[in-house]
Amino acid sequence: MPTMRYAEALNAALREEMARDEAVFVFGEDVGTYGGVFKVTKGLMEEFEGRVLDTPISEQALTAMAVSAAMTGTRPVLEIMYADFMPLTLDALINQASVFSYVWEGQVEMPFVLRTQGGGGVGTGAQHAKSLDGLVAQVPGLKVVAPVTPADAKGLLKAAIRDPGPVIFLEHKLLYNTRGDVPDGDETTEIGRARTVREGTDVSIFATSRMVLEAEKAAEALAAEGVFAEVIDLRTLRPLDLGAVVGSISRTHHAVVVNEGWGFCGYAAELSATVMDHAFDQLDAPVMRVAIPDMPIPYSEPLETQVIPDAGRIAAAARRALA
Amino acid sequence: MAGTAEEASSPGNAPDAETLKRHYTDMLLIRRFEEKAGQLYGMGLIGGFCHLYIGQEAVVVGLQACAEEGDQVVTSYRDHGHMLACGMEPKGVMAELTGREGGYSRGKGGSMHMFSAEKAFYGGHGIVGAQVPIGAGLAFANRYRKNGRVSFTYFGDGAANQGQVYETFNMAALWDLPVVFVIENNQYAMGTAQARSTSTPALYTRGEAFGIPGEEVDGMDVLKVKDAGMRAVEHCRGGQGPYILEVKTYRYRGHSMSDPAKYRTREEVSRMRESRDPIEGLRKLMLELGHLDDAGFKEIDKAVRAQVNDAAQFAQESPEPDASELWTDVYA
Repeated sequence: MPTMRYAEALNAALREEMARDEAVFVFGEDVGTYGGVFKVTKGLMEEFEGRVLDTPISEQALTAMAVSAAMTGTRPVLEIMYADFMPLTLDALINQASVFSYVWEGQVEMPFVLRTQGGGGVGTGAQHAKSLDGLVAQVPGLKVVAPVTPADAKGLLKAAIRDPGPVIFLEHKLLYNTRGDVPDGDETTEIGRARTVREGTDVSIFATSRMVLEAEKAAEALAAEGVFAEVIDLRTLRPLDLGAVVGSISRTHHAVVVNEGWGFCGYAAELSATVMDHAFDQLDAPVMRVAIPDMPIPYSEPLETQVIPDAGRIAAAARRALA
Repeated sequence: MAGTAEEASSPGNAPDAETLKRHYTDMLLIRRFEEKAGQLYGMGLIGGFCHLYIGQEAVVVGLQACAEEGDQVVTSYRDHGHMLACGMEPKGVMAELTGREGGYSRGKGGSMHMFSAEKAFYGGHGIVGAQVPIGAGLAFANRYRKNGRVSFTYFGDGAANQGQVYETFNMAALWDLPVVFVIENNQYAMGTAQARSTSTPALYTRGEAFGIPGEEVDGMDVLKVKDAGMRAVEHCRGGQGPYILEVKTYRYRGHSMSDPAKYRTREEVSRMRESRDPIEGLRKLMLELGHLDDAGFKEIDKAVRAQVNDAAQFAQESPEPDASELWTDVYA
C-alpha cells in the first residue's frame, strides 16, 4: 500500500474520477493555473483540458450553478476555498440542493460535491479558521463527510463524486500534509459508515476530522492511566452511523463527543442529544462535550490554543465521564 | 433592432393563421387556468402561496415560440404560465396546487415547486433571484456538453436588484454561456413600484458593464416578444454568449392571493386591462386579418375552458398524498 499525503490522496481521487467519467469537472477559485491554494487540484488543468475551470470570486452564484449543472447529469466538484466562506453558499445549499429531490419527488438527481476546508490552529483568525460542520449537517437532503486519514480522503471523495445527491466534503487545513497508507486502485469509502480507530472498554470518544487525531492521543494518555477508550471516527457527519454510535456506547456506557465547531447549537451538541435519544439507557454518566467555546476564533497563538479542542481537554472530559 | 420589433405585430408581417391561433390558444389557456386557480384558492382548495400570471401571458408564450426541444426554462414563483407554455399537463399542475397525489410533485412541492425533466422545466423557485444562477448553470452544462441548448432564465424587476444576478451576469458573459435572461418587468416588486426600489429604471442596460447586449420589449404584444426572442436565441445559440430581454409587462392581480392592493390605483389596473391586454390585442389582429371569426374564437374558448375544467376536476378528485410519501426522496 503506498503512503500518500492527504492532499495527494484527494488529488488522486479527482484524477481517477475525471478519467473514469467525462461528466466530472472541477471548478472554483484558483483551482486551475494556481493548482488550488492547498495544491489539491495540482496538475489537473493540464491533464484534463477544458474540465478544470478557474472562476471569479462569486461563491453564491457558483454554488447555484453547480446545483443546476448537476441536475442535467454533469458531476461538478466545486471548491470553496475556506469553510468560512460557506455562508455565501448557503442559499443554494439550504434552499436548492437540499430540497429539490424532495419537492420534485425524486425526479432529479444532483451529483454535486462541494469541497471546502475548515479548522484552526495556524493563526488564520476569525474569518479563516472556523469549522461550520453543524451549519450544513443540520440540513436534511445534504450528505456531509469529513475524512481524517488520506485513505478516507481518497475513498470518500470518490464515493462523493459518484453519489447521486449533493455531498459537502469537509477537509481540514492541518491535515493536507499528514501521511498515511492509501489502498491502490478503485477503492471507495462508503458514505454513512463510521470507523473504529481504536477499540476500548471504558469510554467511547466520538470525533470528527482532525479531532480524531487528538482523540487518539487522548486515548494513549488514558491507557497509561489504565482507562481504555474506544475512539470512533464518524467520517460521515450526515447521515450519521447511528448503529456504530449506539453499539459503542452499549459496550462502554460512557460517551465523549468532540467536534471543532462551536459547542452551542453545534455538531457536538446534536451528537450529544442524539446519544440521549437513542442510548440513554446505556449511559452510566452524562455525555461530555468537547468543542469550541462561545467566541470567534482568536488570532494570538496562546489564545487560539486555548480555544481549539486538544488531547488534554478530550482526556479530561473522559475522566469526568468516568468519575 | 427596435425597428423590426415595431413592425412585428403589424398585419403585413404577421405569421400565418395557424401560428397566431396557437399563440392565442396558449395565452388563453394560461389566463383561464389562472382564473380557475384563483377560484379554487377562494374556495380553500389551494393553500399557501399562489402567484397568478394573468396579464403577463404574452411573455412566456412569445418566448416559448422561439424555443427548441430541449431548451431549458427556469423561473420564479410565478410559474404556472411557464409550465403550461412548456407543455406540462394542466391536470398535473392544478393537482399540485391542490396538493394532491396527481400533482407534478405529488403534493410535496406546491405552487412554487414543480419540475419536469421531460419538458426541461427546472422550477419554480421561491427565493427571489436565486433562479438566475440556476439558469446559468444549465447553460454552463449545455456549453460543457456542446449540446446546442439554450437556457431561458426568467426573473422579475424585483429580482434584478439581487447581488447574485450580477455574479451570474459576469460569469455568463465571461464564459459565453447560452442563456437568455428574461427580465419580466411587471413594474412592482410585490408592492414596491420600480421607481421606489431601483436607481436606474432601464433594466435591459444592466448587462452593459459585462458586455451583455440587451433590449427592451413590449411584453403586452406576443409577436413583439417572439420577434425579440428570436434575436436573443440566435445570439445565444450562435455561441455569442448571453442576451438580456427586459420585457415590459403588467400583472392584473395581486402579487399573491393575500395582496392588499394599496400600492396602485384600480384605475391603473383597468386602464392596462382595457388598452393593453395581450390576448385581446392578438384577437383584434386576427379578426383584422380575417383569420378567425367570432364563432372560431368561441370554439377555442370552449375547448380551453373544457381543458381547464377537467384539470380542476382532476385536482379535486385526485387523492391526498399517502402518509408514506412524507419520508421519500429526502436524499437524492
